[in-house]
Amino acid sequence: MMCDECGKREATVRFEQVVNGKRMVMNLCSECAHKKGIMSVFLQPSFTISNLLSALLGSQVKGMPALEAGGEETRCPVCGMSYRDFARAGMLGCSRCYKTFEDRLDPLLRRIHGSDRHVGKAPAKVGGSGKLRRELDGFRKELSQAISQEAYEKAAQLRDKIKEIEQKIRGEEA
Amino acid sequence: MNAREESLLDAIVKNSSSPWMDGSGDLADVVISSRVRLARNLTDVPFPHLMEERQAREVLDRAFAAVKAISAKAAKGAFAELGAIDLEDISPLDRQVLVEKHLMSPQHAQPGFGKGLITRPDEKVSIMVNEEDHVRLQCLYSGLELDEAWITASGIDDLLDERLDFAYDDRRGFLTACPTNAGTGLRASVMIHLPALALGDEVSRVLAAVNKLGLVVRGLFGEGTEGQGNVFQVSNQITLGQTEKEIIENLSLVAKQVVAEEKRFRDTLIKTQRSGLEDRIFRAWGILSNARSMSSQEAVKLWSDVRLGVELGMMPGVDVRRANEILVIAQPSFVQRTTGKAMPPEERDTRRADLIRQHLLPSRA
Repeated sequence: MMCDECGKREATVRFEQVVNGKRMVMNLCSECAHKKGIMSVFLQPSFTISNLLSALLGSQVKGMPALEAGGEETRCPVCGMSYRDFARAGMLGCSRCYKTFEDRLDPLLRRIHGSDRHVGKAPAKVGGSGKLRRELDGFRKELSQAISQEAYEKAAQLRDKIKEIEQKIRGEEA
Repeated sequence: MNAREESLLDAIVKNSSSPWMDGSGDLADVVISSRVRLARNLTDVPFPHLMEERQAREVLDRAFAAVKAISAKAAKGAFAELGAIDLEDISPLDRQVLVEKHLMSPQHAQPGFGKGLITRPDEKVSIMVNEEDHVRLQCLYSGLELDEAWITASGIDDLLDERLDFAYDDRRGFLTACPTNAGTGLRASVMIHLPALALGDEVSRVLAAVNKLGLVVRGLFGEGTEGQGNVFQVSNQITLGQTEKEIIENLSLVAKQVVAEEKRFRDTLIKTQRSGLEDRIFRAWGILSNARSMSSQEAVKLWSDVRLGVELGMMPGVDVRRANEILVIAQPSFVQRTTGKAMPPEERDTRRADLIRQHLLPSRA
């Protein structure tokens, strides 16, 4: 098997990381592993997800459409970046890029975070069923935690809340 | 910069003490400080790494105007004291001191257009404008106080959002320059002091376990400074798919376990090697209060021993705040700022030793 990083040398190190229950695997040659700090005995500070990012960007993540070889590339209408520019810089050009490159970015987000769905805080201006859906995701997560901790009273309360929100969503979307 | 902002900056860069190091807060004998950082961007404006000067200036103006409106509306209190500093108006040395005081990142001190810093006299809140993202808001508290830091940060985030219209997508959350920050845009971190684990050669074991839980470990000043003064920063890696509350609870829980492990080793050390430990701590104190020349590295190393002594109650008359100030005085730019000029390393070492000696004089106890 060839190294996922350089693609030139034989991979000798298998690096696995489990994030949010999803497994991420990289096969590296010892040279690339050294560069990423995996071989150092003490900690592994330089081997962070952001360092891995450029490797991920260049590689084919499952569920990602292939990059067109040559020819016209999709460019973001706001900042003019292409996905290739992003892969080189490791950073997107503007907030619109998330929409422009969504078919490639969402698999990447899942790979980095183990999820592509925001369940946290939303700005006050965001209302409607989107906000409710996010609340719903949050409560469902709390519910499964409550059940696994055998906190059945809390679970029952959460179930009621979830039903209530589901009804609200049906109402708004009807 | 107006007179009020000039005096705000002047007070910050000349003062070796910051409220986040005063030793207050939960578990402050091991946890030095807690920090919450939120990354935010303006809709449909290129991210800072792609901005032209004109666009960067516009973002800076909009952010400063929003903060002025917030502080004007507050009339008094902490929000009223927010001051906005255009980093092009201040010297490179002052920018470095702001980094050493943990008010902004090393990256933000590099020359560039349209960079700004908003902070207030208590230094608990700082907002970097046009760093990697348009807005990076941080709240820094002493001890393990992540909840407090999050509540403050979220409150300021709400006020800013009313005026700035942050880029947000229902599914992917807050949108950031690097996809590793997307979603909550939240990076929570705790700075912990682990001298006993370090003495027992156990730090790598504990921190490897922390890594396995999806948390990242860095040094006092970020990547590459691991182990300096036995200080470690532990922070979350994942920003999407978890609520802010979950991220903070998870980190708090892990921090508490690391603290418990450090305390267990401290107890063992006291029981089995008390005299050796005391000797080490008082030697460190002796060198700090008598040396005539001292490198930054040596000062930070000795600081770690002295702080451990303070935490173990071996040094009556020295409080945590006074011990922690050594950490700021040790830094190269802070030393140079006290004379107002750039100095070669040997001169700096002499000046540093003088400053630390004065700081530790018995009359100040």
